[in-house]
Amino acid sequence: MKTQIPLAAIDQPDLHSQAKRRRKNSRVKTLKHYGEKLGWLVASLTTFVLIWESLAFFNLIDTAILPPPHQFLGEVTNQEQFFDRQLGATRVGGNFVALTAISATLKRVFAGIFFGFIAAFSCGLFASYFRLFGKLTLPTITLLAPISATAWIPLAILLFGVGDSPAIFIVFIGIFFSLTLATVDCIKNVDQLYINTGLVLGASRWQIMRFIVVPAIIPSLFVVLRINFFAAWASVLAAEMVGVNTGLGAMVMVARQMFNVKLMFLGMTLIGLVGYTIDVCFAQVQNRVLWWKAATKI
Amino acid sequence: MGEILVRDVSKVWGIDTPEEVLTLDRVNLTVRPGEFLVIIGPSGCGKSTLLNMMAGLDTPTSGLVLHNGQTVVGPSPERSMIFQQPSLLPWQSLIDNVAFGLTLKGMGRRERYQRAQEFLSQVGLQGFARKYPHQLSGGMQQRASIARALCLGTDILLMDEPFAALDVQTRFKMQEFLLDIWKGSGKTVVFVTHHIDEAIFLADRVVILTSRPGRILDTVDIDMSRPRDVASSSFDHHRSLFIDHLRSEVTKAFEQQELVEMFDTSIK
Repeated sequence: MKTQIPLAAIDQPDLHSQAKRRRKNSRVKTLKHYGEKLGWLVASLTTFVLIWESLAFFNLIDTAILPPPHQFLGEVTNQEQFFDRQLGATRVGGNFVALTAISATLKRVFAGIFFGFIAAFSCGLFASYFRLFGKLTLPTITLLAPISATAWIPLAILLFGVGDSPAIFIVFIGIFFSLTLATVDCIKNVDQLYINTGLVLGASRWQIMRFIVVPAIIPSLFVVLRINFFAAWASVLAAEMVGVNTGLGAMVMVARQMFNVKLMFLGMTLIGLVGYTIDVCFAQVQNRVLWWKAATKI
Repeated sequence: MGEILVRDVSKVWGIDTPEEVLTLDRVNLTVRPGEFLVIIGPSGCGKSTLLNMMAGLDTPTSGLVLHNGQTVVGPSPERSMIFQQPSLLPWQSLIDNVAFGLTLKGMGRRERYQRAQEFLSQVGLQGFARKYPHQLSGGMQQRASIARALCLGTDILLMDEPFAALDVQTRFKMQEFLLDIWKGSGKTVVFVTHHIDEAIFLADRVVILTSRPGRILDTVDIDMSRPRDVASSSFDHHRSLFIDHLRSEVTKAFEQQELVEMFDTSIK
């Protein structure tokens, strides 16, 4: 015997409410997804902290060198007394103002990224559009790219002394070469179809660059920038440790010199947290502003 | 108005290399104003190359292409081209895409949106102005590409297998849609395809190219009234004529394939 299909079910598909339900379901799903991710993050951190704390509690590690998290995180309260705008990013005796140290480091990283991105982008465009310029510069840039930014620190200090400029210079160097090469590479790989489309619609050379090449390469450049951010972050901290004397890197270094282990760990925690937060922000910008790339890439 | 002359055009690929290949051999062709001309031929016969040369995206090795009496030296908004792959810019909304040619001309925002909206309605996409290309189906994207070409008001449409990437049903709908747009518009259409039924369904006149090197094998007038019935006997008559013509050429093209592949890998 055949199974009866309830007619009403086929007859009246309430499309509107169905779509609504589907949208709601998908929202619930994303929320669930984020909740789960967050849950595992907390679980992972808790496990790690618990192991550390219990090792310290049972005296299995030397707390003078590896102070458990509750001790060095408690160090934050000591920060209060140094929270004075007047002090800026300078050190106070053997201690540091963490907040100003963070802002000093961030200022350097973003200034470096800003100048580096603009310089690399223009240099890449120039090298692609003016053959002679490209042929003269690109081989040298290719050779300079593998020199890690950290290796430029001594030169930076010799050139700029102590302060913001050498750190900004280091970040700049850290992203400039690879981003210039990436720009040239991306321009080479712009789909000829889009360029032909522009041409048959009457676009000039300049218009092709402005309306087609630039929007086509920005998303890939953003990915390269995001990857290079970590390198820049690492190198500015290294610079702060060896010569710059202010910022998060210097905070950790000076804490070691003063044997203020709690401050050292606090500094390391902050370095991790701030770096992670910035990367999350980058990812968000990438998803929102450059959404069409994700949609077309897959 | 909308006349293209192709005079003794030859094209050699990989010139001055050991792999020189003659793709087009002394092609002579007159595209009459207002006609729907279809170019058909086996793959690799140079039909797309010929169309690209009409658009100005490629240059003949020898010979001339003339548009309304003027030599074609480069691409121009006077000759719109529609490509096989959807070529809407993914970072622009549909209305910006359709108005793109007008943006390039420097037309003001309000004026060009108004104009683009008209053409969006004409291709049945009036409600999708704010959508982005990836939110549309392949057929809708191709319709938008056509709207973009029409928006410039050119009298020549060059179409390079525009429906080849679509499924059969969509393809058929698009063919009817294209005829609707073309009918009474006075525009000249040059349409490249390798699909016999598509050629007979659309064309006033079909030009058959030989396999490499491409030469004009025959030119056939399709004097059937529109809309054409694909099941009618006169459609069948044309179909068998084209199959006869193309069969030997396809066989030849197939034998050449090895040679072609050799050539393709050596230039990479």
